[in-house]
Amino acid sequence: MKKVLPLLPPIAFLLLFLALWQATVHLLHVPSFLVPSPLSVAVEAWNSRGDLLPASFTTLAGALAGFAAALAGGTAGALLFAQARWIRASLYPYAIFLQTVPIVAIAPLIVIWFGAGFPSIVLVSFVLSVFPVLSNGVEGMTRVDPQLLELFSLHNARPSQILFKLRLPHAVPYLVAGAKVASGLTVIGAIVGEFFAGYGATRPGLGYLILQSAGQLRTELLFACVGASTVLGLGVFLATGLVSHLVLARLDEPGSA
Amino acid sequence: MGVAVENTLIVARNLDYRFPSGTEALHGVDFSLSPGEFVSLVGPSGCGKSTLLRLVAGLLPVKPGALTIDGAAPASARGTEHRCGFVFQSPTLLPWRSVEANLTLPLELEGVPKTRSRETAADWLSRVGLSDFAKAYPAQLSGGMRMRVSIARALASRPQILLMDEPFAALDDLTRGRLQEELLALREREGFTTLFVTHNVSEAVFLSDRVLVLSARPGRVIGTVSIPFGPRRDPDLRGEPEFAHLVRSVTHLLREAGA
Repeated sequence: MKKVLPLLPPIAFLLLFLALWQATVHLLHVPSFLVPSPLSVAVEAWNSRGDLLPASFTTLAGALAGFAAALAGGTAGALLFAQARWIRASLYPYAIFLQTVPIVAIAPLIVIWFGAGFPSIVLVSFVLSVFPVLSNGVEGMTRVDPQLLELFSLHNARPSQILFKLRLPHAVPYLVAGAKVASGLTVIGAIVGEFFAGYGATRPGLGYLILQSAGQLRTELLFACVGASTVLGLGVFLATGLVSHLVLARLDEPGSA
Repeated sequence: MGVAVENTLIVARNLDYRFPSGTEALHGVDFSLSPGEFVSLVGPSGCGKSTLLRLVAGLLPVKPGALTIDGAAPASARGTEHRCGFVFQSPTLLPWRSVEANLTLPLELEGVPKTRSRETAADWLSRVGLSDFAKAYPAQLSGGMRMRVSIARALASRPQILLMDEPFAALDDLTRGRLQEELLALREREGFTTLFVTHNVSEAVFLSDRVLVLSARPGRVIGTVSIPFGPRRDPDLRGEPEFAHLVRSVTHLLREAGA
């Protein structure tokens, strides 16, 4: 009961919002191609479930693959960056490039280089979500207690032992925090990727469906797609949060290290 | 000072150290430690006590010949019988490892086989009274227990020299006193040579055979007080008039040092 209680206010607000929306559209006779009523969106979503569900799964697959790539690539990059200050100094500006480059500008390039389809979608999702993992990982690997580094060198630790027995495990909570940020971005990345590199009519994802419904002024379907994207993003975010909670529970240490 | 001791393990002769920033940390430090001796370093904050420990541990570069362990450079003592164990200011345990796995870490780094390092860990856990906590994580231990693990970890690779950098500073008085007594008992049983840095004069007197007083930066040894109580010491010693007298002489020297 205690765990459900904090969920009540946002749910109540959502219901109130939907009711107001429904009433406004109904009373002011807003045309449905402009703003459809929540009920008509729900009906459209149910009727188009044959398109919407497979599209959601296609997008989810791209997002999860992009997320996995971001976790692996971000961690590997952080391991490399942790090797030496000069490596960080020379490569970090280019890592920031990943964070600041407008993804809609780079996505068409990716399609030109790698062609339309799954690999390009995964790559766009990767580019959008790798930076938080990388930057947090670097932070976690470099902010190690100097006394622990002394302990390791006192016992003649090899560089690989310092990396895998000290820096990497120390960075786990940081990587987990980075993964949480990345998890929200990865679905966005997959949808943007599909905008430019969608599978076309053979295997449409949500990105393709959004373009299609917008082009045909099927606003109800467009809203349904937005709803499905939100649910996907939220789902990946919450799942990541749950895993991070389980990982951190054991490492949680009050007070000093 | 300057008196040649026949049987010496650690010898510093006119030892200087400058930080990379150029600040002079130590200037003309002279001292020597015999095997099995317990020597404390006291001095004003920032006088280079911790730096001196790190020089002995071979963690910082030293002018050839200025500091030797059994005649050799400190860094070359690693992995030999003259190796150093180091106890830091904080317990510095790895929070993702169990108590047992924290104890085996130094042995693991030095390539000791797993079964043997686990036996050693179990042995040391019983010696510091933490056998029931082998599978616990550092987060589940009290401050005093964490420091016991840290001491056991330093001793697990059987160092001949134990270097301690204000290990009990963060503990409450009661725990601190108990750990001091345990350290004396361990030392009597194991016979390691100890260099102990502290801010606490009464702690230095209670534990040591000799207390070295360092001057303000750049640090050098300005006085030595011998503590004639022998290796076995009763906790009640802290209340004896002679103890109070020795504490007063060290405090006096410290005041001269500018503390």
